[in-house]
Formats: sequence, C-alpha cells, structure tokens
Amino acid sequence: MDGNRAKLHTMIAYLSKRLVGMIPLLLGITLISFMVIHLAPGEPTGLATDLNPKITAEVRQRLRAYYGLDKPLIVQYGLWLKRVVFLNFGNSFAPDGRPVIDKIKERIPITVTINVLSLILIILVSLPIGIYSATHKGSLFDHASTLFVFIGFAVPTFWLALLCMMLFGVHLHWLPISGLRSMSYPHLSAMGKFWDLTKHLLLPVLISAFGGLAGFSRYMRSNMLEVIRQDYITTARAKGLSEWRVIYVHAFRNALLPIITILGFSIPGLIGGSVIFETIFAIPGMGQLFYNGVMARDYPLIMGMLVIGAVLTLLGNLIADISYALADPRIRVS
Amino acid sequence: MGFFKQLLRNKLALMGGIVVVILFAVSFLAPIISPYNPDTINVKEILMPPSRQHPFGTDELGRDVLSRMIWGSRISLKVGFVAVGIAVIIGVIIGAAAGYYGGWIDDLLMRFVDMMLCFPSFFLILAVIAILEPSIYNIMAVIGLTGWMGVARLVRAEFLRIREMDYVKAARSIGASDLRIVFRHILPNALNPVIVAATLGVAGAILTESALSFLGIGVQPPTPSWGNMLTAGKNNMEIAWWLSVFPGLAILVTVLGYNLLGEGLRDILDPRLKER
Repeated sequence: MDGNRAKLHTMIAYLSKRLVGMIPLLLGITLISFMVIHLAPGEPTGLATDLNPKITAEVRQRLRAYYGLDKPLIVQYGLWLKRVVFLNFGNSFAPDGRPVIDKIKERIPITVTINVLSLILIILVSLPIGIYSATHKGSLFDHASTLFVFIGFAVPTFWLALLCMMLFGVHLHWLPISGLRSMSYPHLSAMGKFWDLTKHLLLPVLISAFGGLAGFSRYMRSNMLEVIRQDYITTARAKGLSEWRVIYVHAFRNALLPIITILGFSIPGLIGGSVIFETIFAIPGMGQLFYNGVMARDYPLIMGMLVIGAVLTLLGNLIADISYALADPRIRVS
Repeated sequence: MGFFKQLLRNKLALMGGIVVVILFAVSFLAPIISPYNPDTINVKEILMPPSRQHPFGTDELGRDVLSRMIWGSRISLKVGFVAVGIAVIIGVIIGAAAGYYGGWIDDLLMRFVDMMLCFPSFFLILAVIAILEPSIYNIMAVIGLTGWMGVARLVRAEFLRIREMDYVKAARSIGASDLRIVFRHILPNALNPVIVAATLGVAGAILTESALSFLGIGVQPPTPSWGNMLTAGKNNMEIAWWLSVFPGLAILVTVLGYNLLGEGLRDILDPRLKER
C-alpha cells in the first residue's frame, strides 16, 4: 500500500516537473510563430494583403488593430501572447469571419481520430513484422520486409493516394474517393452509417499509416535484435523457458519501450501529413482547413493552426513520456 | 579497404549510387536527350496515351510527358542540394557551437532545437510559403531552414565526444584558437554522420518539394516538376493514368536511390552505427 503511494508521489512529482518544463517551450513556440508572420515584406497587412482581393480595407484595419501594428515589436508580441493564452487567435479572413479557434476546434476531432486509427494500425502491423524479422534474421521474410521498408520510405504518400483513388475509386468503384459521408448518409440506418464512414475512412487511414509502417517495423526489428543479445535473455533461455515465452514476454516488453518515444516523435509528422491526405481526399479536418487558409492567405487562421499544431505535438510528447514512465520502472527513480 | 572498394562491395549502396549518377546525367544532359521541347503546346495531341512518339504519353496541353520529366529532374536536383546545403550549414554551426562550448550556450541552443522540433514541419513550411510567394527559391530556403535540427544534434554529439580527446587538448595547450580547433581539428572528424544525414536529407527534401508542388504551393507551372505534373494527373485521373504513374515512379526511384546510397554510406563511414 505504502509502495503504491510512494509511486504515486514520484509520478506526480515527475508530471509537474514535465509540465513546468513545457512552459519555456510553449513560449518559444509562440515566439517562433510570431516571427513567421513578421516574415512578410513590410508588415502582415502590407504587400501580400494589398494584392489579395479577399482582404478588404476593413479586414486590414481589423488586422492592424489585432496585432497592434503601430506599436514596437516586443509590445506587439506581448499583446498577441496575452490573447493567445486565452486561445484568442482573432477572426478568420474568410467571408464567414468566425473566430479562428472555433473553426479549428470543430476540425480537431476528425484529424485526431484518423491519426489515432492509423497509429493503431501501424502498431498492429509493424510490431509483428519487426519481431518476426528480428527473430528470423536473414530469412526470406526478413529480406522481403527490408525491401518493403525501403520502398515504404521512398513512396510519396500523395502519389500512393492518387494511385489508390484511381484503382479502387475510379476503375473498380469499390470505395468513395472524397469526403467523409455519402449524400445519402442522413437516410441510412445506424449500421449503414457506420459502414459508410468506414468506407470513406479506409483509404485515408491506410495511406496515412503506410509511411509509418516502414519506419516502425524497421525500428522494432533493430530494438528486438538489440534486446535478444542481452544477458537476461540468455538467462531466460538457460532457465529453460519456452522460446515463445522468451521472445513474447521477456524480450518484447523491453523492445517495446523505445517505441513509445518514437510514437511521440512521429506526431508532428502525422499532423503535418494530414494536410496532404485531407486535401487529396477532401476530408474536413485540420489539414484541409490549414491548406485552405494558406491558399486564401488567411493569416489569423494560419497563425492559430501553427500554434495549435505545435501545442498538440507537445501534448503528444508529454503523453509519450508519461506512458514511458508508467511502463518503465527505472525512469521514475531518476 | 578504400572507400570506393567498400562502396562497390555494398550492393544496395552501389544501386543507390548508380541511380543518383544517372539522375545527375539526365538533368545535365536534359537539352540533348529530351526528345521534345518540354513547353511546346500541341493542341492536336492532347492527353495521348503512351505510344512510340511519346513513350510516356502527353499531358492536357499536348506536351510530351517524358521530356517534361527529364527537365523536371533538374528541379529535384536543385531543391535537394540547395535545401540540404542550407540545412547542413545551419546545423553544423549550431551543433558545433553547442557541443564545443557546452554550458549555457549548449542549453540555449538545444532548447531552440526542441522548439523547432515541436512544429509539424509541413505546417511551418506552408505558413512561410503562404506569407512569402511560392517559388522554387523560397521552397529551397524554407525546406533548409526547417530541416537542420537533426544535423545540429548529430554534430553536437560528435563534438561532445571529440573535444575531450587528447589531440584536441594538445592543440589547445599549444595555443590554437577556438576557431582553428573547431574547423581544423574537430569538424573534419565529425563529418561522417553529417554526410550520411545529408544524403538521406536530399531524399526528404525531394519528397517535400514534390508534395508542395503537387498541392500547388511549390514549383509553379509551366516550369515542370514531378510534383506539379502529378497535379495534372489528379485532374485527369479518370482518363489519363500515365500522367499519374510516371512522374510518381520518378520520385519513388530517386528517393529510393538517395536512401540506399545514404544507408550504404552509413555502413561504410560510420561503422559504430552499422546494423547488427
């Protein structure tokens, strides 16, 4: 009982240390984002907006007011930061002129759902591939998976998406190639709705998982190779444990740990990649919102997305760290 | 064993090297080997499937796809090398400063690296491109400016290791300046992992450029790039498969070539990292 309480205490201490450590990072993220918007020649309301017919004089005035462009740069940053802390990113330039944060909020669930689904898929497929290649090093399967890994790293995701759309959508008519729902969606039964969503999500999830599959199976393979050389595995074998138990109980747990960290690192790539496949498949998520914002030079939206994207990454890394601490007793002591 | 002998022995690296050499040759010889002018519009031959006259077919303006792909290889080469060049220069400077001086300089620079790594790099690239104009020069600059963090970490780690070595201490004791120690004594011994990372980085930069061009915010038509040719492929998906298949294959083969070469170089130059 006492042991559990001590564990809880160290966990809380660890968590608060991590959270405090995030503050300078968050500040840095906002500073970098702020500098990006000031990359524009002149000021954000200058050249680019002058040439943009979508940005009226009134909008420009609003932007000047929002950024306080008549004040010194450091004051501008301070004012902007004060708003950003309360998630106020201003109103979108788009005709609807809605607050940026509302627009982003309604898009986050879709993107997060697709990314979580593809992460699950990546883990379910790549871990067994990695383990099998490692335990059967040099076999035909190992060579084939190495080949698959190299090709997986080299295939442009958007091209794969394009080919799949051509094959399964245009030629075979098996799957829909854009959007999340069919026209008939409101009239479908619950089961029909589920099936309809599944069909729409199948290609985007498979394709966003594809790139990660290669990396994770490679990584799992080298982790596993590292672990099975260790003394404790030899000990486990010497004790007379079955090979299955040695690999899947003793080795697997230890090879899995570094994967958690890599999961955290892969989050920015996944979020960034959502721009590509959401645009191709016309999925109304964050990526598509961002792409449309970029095309319309919707500065408040772009800035909001930049900050939120980085914060999501930071949260993802935090979750990965916590899971690591939970999974590995050695971490908590240090 | 000599470097080239080892390269010849490593079959995958050799394959990668051959692909890269062929790509260089194709882009340098583009004016000679390209069968047609890549920009000549021919309204009589719009969207022709592959044939003897046009091995890879023609696009929606009747331009020869093969010729445009040959000229497009120049874009990939330029973007790959310039972007990675920028990334390597920044990464080496920041990594060397952090690793050599250590202390608060190291802390500060590495926190900056952490911050940069928080941004989904595709988001950062898109935001900058939206504010500047999409052009090949901006793309090269932005890919380079958002891609140096890995190199910085590698160089820092090498510097931390090498600066404690006896020969560096000896150089310092005879009064060599910091700059001389860093550039003459440490850097040359820290370059191997950088060369590997740069080779793999070229592959990454080419992938990013093609994705940006595909989305219409990269290299702008009529300049042919493999990425923007695929946009035409998407627009004519129902009727012209060749517009989607061939430029994509070119990207795949190129990226595969650089990756294989990079992995091979890793085995040769950095035996510590050699996979078991």
